Amino acid sequence: MTLADPHIQSRTFRPGSPLPRPVRRRLRPLWSAGAVAVAALVCLPVLSLVVIALGGGLSLWPHLLANVLPVALQDTALLLGGVGLMTVTIGTATAWLVSAYDFPGRRLMEWALLLPLAVPTYIVAYAYLDILHPVGPVQTAIREVLGYASPRDLRLWDVRSMTGCILLLGLVLYPYVYLTTRAMFLTQAANVIEAARTLGTPRGRVFLRVALPMARPAIVVGLSLVLMETLNDIGASEFLGARTITIAVYNTWVNRSDLPGAAQLSLVMLVIVAGTVMLERWARRSQRYASSVQRPRPMAPVRLRGLPAGAALLACVLPVIFGFVAPALYLVDQAWARISFAGISPRIWAEAGNTLGLALIASAVVIAAGLLVGFAARLRPGAVTTGAARLSTIGYALPGTVLAIGLLPPVLAVDHLLDDTALALFGSGIGLVMMGSGAALAYALAVRFMAISTGGLESGLARIPSSLDQAARTLGQRPAGMLRLIHLPLSKTAIAAAALLVFVDCVKELPATLLLRPLNFETLATHLYGEAARGTYEEAAIAALIIVLVGMLPVALLARVGRSPGR
Amino acid sequence: MTPATWLHFAAATLLAGVPALASAQELNLYTTREPGLVQPLLDAFTAQSGVKVNTIFLKDGLTERVGQEGDKSPADVLMTVDFGKLVELVDLGMTQPVTSDALTAAIPAHLRDPGGNWFALSLRARVLYAAKDLDLTEFHYEQLADPEWQGRVCIRSGQHPYNVALISSYIAHHGEAAAEEWLTGVKGNLARKAGGGDRDVARDIMGGICDIGIANSYYMGQMLSGNGGPEQIEWANAVKMIYPTFENGGTQVNITGAAVAKYAPNPEQAVQLLEYLVSPEAQKIYAEANFEHPLDPQVEVSELIGQFGTLVPDEMPLTEINTHRAAASALAEKVGFDN
Repeated sequence: MTLADPHIQSRTFRPGSPLPRPVRRRLRPLWSAGAVAVAALVCLPVLSLVVIALGGGLSLWPHLLANVLPVALQDTALLLGGVGLMTVTIGTATAWLVSAYDFPGRRLMEWALLLPLAVPTYIVAYAYLDILHPVGPVQTAIREVLGYASPRDLRLWDVRSMTGCILLLGLVLYPYVYLTTRAMFLTQAANVIEAARTLGTPRGRVFLRVALPMARPAIVVGLSLVLMETLNDIGASEFLGARTITIAVYNTWVNRSDLPGAAQLSLVMLVIVAGTVMLERWARRSQRYASSVQRPRPMAPVRLRGLPAGAALLACVLPVIFGFVAPALYLVDQAWARISFAGISPRIWAEAGNTLGLALIASAVVIAAGLLVGFAARLRPGAVTTGAARLSTIGYALPGTVLAIGLLPPVLAVDHLLDDTALALFGSGIGLVMMGSGAALAYALAVRFMAISTGGLESGLARIPSSLDQAARTLGQRPAGMLRLIHLPLSKTAIAAAALLVFVDCVKELPATLLLRPLNFETLATHLYGEAARGTYEEAAIAALIIVLVGMLPVALLARVGRSPGR
Repeated sequence: MTPATWLHFAAATLLAGVPALASAQELNLYTTREPGLVQPLLDAFTAQSGVKVNTIFLKDGLTERVGQEGDKSPADVLMTVDFGKLVELVDLGMTQPVTSDALTAAIPAHLRDPGGNWFALSLRARVLYAAKDLDLTEFHYEQLADPEWQGRVCIRSGQHPYNVALISSYIAHHGEAAAEEWLTGVKGNLARKAGGGDRDVARDIMGGICDIGIANSYYMGQMLSGNGGPEQIEWANAVKMIYPTFENGGTQVNITGAAVAKYAPNPEQAVQLLEYLVSPEAQKIYAEANFEHPLDPQVEVSELIGQFGTLVPDEMPLTEINTHRAAASALAEKVGFDN
């Protein structure tokens, strides 16, 4: 199980035994306090946004309501609805195909379906505009076949549209749904599905009537990651002409120089997101998702032959081709043109090093903090720890730029304090340590991607039977020992999966990195952005290609992690 | 302390590649300008002066970052690609006045702050790209709204600073009501959604999506130079560049400019850099490598740009134009320019 709904935990062992009475009750508050501290650190930039928002009047709102929000809300709803529908369809269908059936190429497709995760949305948008533009290869070929001389004689579809935006985002984001849903099918579904089969239900109906409803929490987790990514996307949306609320926030801030107004708008957005998440939980409140305490048995796939096998393979191959192979080949082509012409700039290796280092550190922070939050919630379930777990995911619901802006005041307050202290103690200052060292940046990435870690780790821990906790306690283990000896080893699959997802996201992250990085510090993404901004796309293609390659490694590992069922 | 904060400190040590405080022979540049475009100039400056330049390219959020860094900010020079952003820095009190004879001698009076808080470094004109075979040799910005061009115009987002500056100029020339009417007309003439970059105008004209479009002058040089790859040469060859004018003025220009940060730790080096950037040598790099228009009309523009005629900049003061920015941005939203 990788990322599944933390909700499973509270449901899982019902009506089973509650956690045992603590042997050392006094130790628990420490864990809870840790979880609360993590949540506080995550909420800090949000609070600072609240302060910024309160600093401005409401004069912006009449204009927003009259001229901006009608379109922004409509475009946002269309985009979220479209991308959501597309990712759930592709994600669950392919997850079901590779779990319930066996066909030639299935083992390959099982991990290849994850590959689009390595392609950032802004890169897929750039690539497809080039590929599908009237003067690009596709339309040129079509004109040649049909005998048209000039693009003026044959106008075809323009990718710069809402439809284009939905298709492109859906193509690179569906793996979130695929990943969570497949894990659910692998580990949870076997018994029930086989029971349904024994009762004579055909496989297709089993999917709709049994597997899909059972996978709902997993689909929701994957879908919510997709929707957050979509909502907070600026690069691709702007490039393809979708006028989302995030674009409105950005315009209000950058072009109107109205930061308080932008903060107000993004907080309203945050409230809507949080409300939606709570609504979904509420709608699911009476459902039970029990998981087997024993090592789950994988489903026995049905062997397909002939036409059905071909169709299944095709259904899995298409998303990979459009979401990964085509843009990657395009990048290879562009990068090759550049390399054969100008070689590879040595800077790029340093930037790759920066990217890896930053992503590693941020992932480690995120996983450690996620474990703290998840384990505290397990040790002492209750309003405090559950609240901390929910709050620790809030950073994902804000656009990266907005988050970074919110982070500036608290981080720099600390920096000023440290510098003043050093001045007072040693007579010489140390400068702005957190900003200057990249610590502020690592903090920002950690806040942004905590949601991925908390969700995944909570559910990973939830799969460990509480009887093991009881046994450990009886044998005199303290919580730290339990974590080390029992929970870490048993949830290592979930930890690895969350860490890899966070890592890929950190490698792709652009807006927060751009604003918070130290002087002379470039990552692959910032380099790419700088090149793309001045229009030297081929040079940018090399950086883009390395981002995709760096992203592929954890994706390949992720597939291995997911394949071994259980923990 | 939580593990998170411990790890933050680990991050601090591991990532510390750059000392927060620069030594005497260094200077720190915060720029909204793409690094690839400034680097040749900075390299030449370092070679000549021995001063190392540390840079950070901040597309957005320059003011927020410098503001929050406050009196401990390592920033020495703040450089922007848009006049509005530059003046914003001055208005927020993030700059310091500089007196330098070299700067006042090299920069015409209307392209620098009388108080010495900001200085223009180069000019960029907002021009018309038109399909090469189109029978068109001159153009007024006002004509963009003419029904003749219905479904034939390409342009980037109305919210982009370059277009906000153009709309501000229009307001400065004709007033807000006329500007709204004009912008509505332009919106009605668009061949596709406003968006993309200036280079996309040339590409889309080549692709038959539109016939004319508004873009910045130097992109023409950049495309023609082949720096962006062979395809961009084709895009550029599909269009010609015309310097449009206002009916009652000249061609709209924006500037790249710079200021010395209020709390600059290395103010001397900062001024040294500014003085270098307006020197004939650097201005030639601006013209030849970046295809921008030098401050001094006597310094020649690149041949790639020069073939399209001579720029006659509009004389409306930049400061006057800048007062209409917020109105221009709101207008673009009001007429739904990007929708």
